[in-house]
Amino acid sequence: MKIMVAIKRVVDYAVKIRVKSDKTGVETQNVKMSMNPFCEIALEEALRIRESGLASEVVAVSMGPTQCVDTLRTGLAMGADRAIHVDTTAALYPLSVAKLLKALVDVEKPGLLILGKQAIDDDCNQTGQMVAGLLDWPQGTFASKVVLDKEKQVATVEREVDGGLETLCLDLPAVITTDLRLNQPRYATLPNIMKAKSKVIKKFTPQELNVEIKSDLEVVQVTEPPKRKAGVIVSFCGRADRQA
Amino acid sequence: VSTLVLAEHEGGSIKAPSVSAVVAAKSLSEDNSISVLLAGSGSSLQEAATHAASCHPSISQVLVADSDRFSYPLAEPWAKLVHLVQQKGGFSHIIAASGSFGKNILPRAAALLDVSPITDVTEISGSHQFVRPIYAGNALCSVRYTGANPCLLTIRSTSFPVPSMPADSKSNVAPISQVDLSAFGEDTICKSRYLKHTSQDSERPDLGNARVVVTGGRGLKNAENFKMMEKLAEKLGAAVGATRAAVDAGFVPNDLQVGQTGKIVAPELYMAFGVSGAIQHLAGMRDSKVIVAVNKDADAPIFQVADYGLVGDLFEVVPELLEKLPEKK
Repeated sequence: MKIMVAIKRVVDYAVKIRVKSDKTGVETQNVKMSMNPFCEIALEEALRIRESGLASEVVAVSMGPTQCVDTLRTGLAMGADRAIHVDTTAALYPLSVAKLLKALVDVEKPGLLILGKQAIDDDCNQTGQMVAGLLDWPQGTFASKVVLDKEKQVATVEREVDGGLETLCLDLPAVITTDLRLNQPRYATLPNIMKAKSKVIKKFTPQELNVEIKSDLEVVQVTEPPKRKAGVIVSFCGRADRQA
Repeated sequence: VSTLVLAEHEGGSIKAPSVSAVVAAKSLSEDNSISVLLAGSGSSLQEAATHAASCHPSISQVLVADSDRFSYPLAEPWAKLVHLVQQKGGFSHIIAASGSFGKNILPRAAALLDVSPITDVTEISGSHQFVRPIYAGNALCSVRYTGANPCLLTIRSTSFPVPSMPADSKSNVAPISQVDLSAFGEDTICKSRYLKHTSQDSERPDLGNARVVVTGGRGLKNAENFKMMEKLAEKLGAAVGATRAAVDAGFVPNDLQVGQTGKIVAPELYMAFGVSGAIQHLAGMRDSKVIVAVNKDADAPIFQVADYGLVGDLFEVVPELLEKLPEKK
């Protein structure tokens, strides 16, 4: 079985973001970019499944401008076998990403598609659910535990939901989106970083995949959130006591 | 303008965040015709429908999908149901609260309808213009929906509080009708099956809707110490929250996590003990009315958002607080 993992290049989680003064967006020039943390968890899970012998190959996929190749190299250094880059400078909303992923699934025919539950830039939390809908595959979102059964061709997924944990059984092929507690992603080691340089990154354009990138959303403006007014530091417990 | 609200129900009544979704629907347009969709099976569903019919005066009808398929809120049949109901109803908007239910189902339904959904709306500026936080709430993005109907939204229930209704407003009872599920077909073999749900049974108020939230962070050091938070919460009639660090360290289960990826809360009083205030955590509580923080480290970022900060050892402060607070009546 093949596993496909979608990864996104985002502003690093530790960067304090700045809103552009013309309110058109968030400054991404000269800012450290990294793999979305939830996507790292998705890739890690795929690698662990392969290492346990339940999958034969892990294919990492990313979409966007040329720089996405850097993020894919990181994924290859972590251990993905090969990568696919869908090259486009168009603004990609989750619906377009889901359509491109579906087109790639039709080409690659993976038995499992793993994504992060959300990207930490737009915080949409949509793509996994949408591609599952387009493929008519079952979905296990916000996963904190995944157990595959090769015989029965099912995945048992424990999900983090509002009231605790929910367990679902999904027929394969399926879509899984990862929550924080699924695993601790590994670091790429130097030998693996070197090895990654010779791994294959295949390039597609949206046209080649027969997907038309259109958008039904328009960003009007991006602003800073209202600042909370400065509070006071109290010096003894009694004050906090009365406040409560 | 006509809106379909996807509602969650439990124990025979509609959940509070779903009523917030009705409040949000109301703010799209004054003359909005609001339909509430409930799915499930058996008597608790019918009870919930009766409750939904009178839970908010602007609801014009309640649609009920009664089938074993909906015994559990699985995304696959629910998304198909939304698609089916939309084809018949031709709604201009479809709204759900932005909990794990709405986030799981609504984007899947949007894909079936070939439209882009808008997640986590905190403000409705017009029938097709919305504000939503991005980058963990460090920026607010105003977006316009330019696509075809329907426009799909999930809303943050804390941004659309439900006004308390006078008792006599019950006079307005919306009609209840059953959704014709014959178009669903018998062939839909479920590709996903519900196995179980585990939760912490708690007497305390629900974290998402509590008036007071007491949160503990890594500073609590272990699960045993975290029980202080529970005692404090008991005295204050508060819900207990936790940071990601506290959940990851195994002090408490995941459903108590407040933050970008956990629960978003906006109580009247938020008390944070041993919480440093990572941006991902602040994203989940920055809209609280009054924030009180206790931390040993005077430079902790939590003090930048706190209304009242106390630099001190929580292991001294909390016992003192527990001692001075009166017993709960």
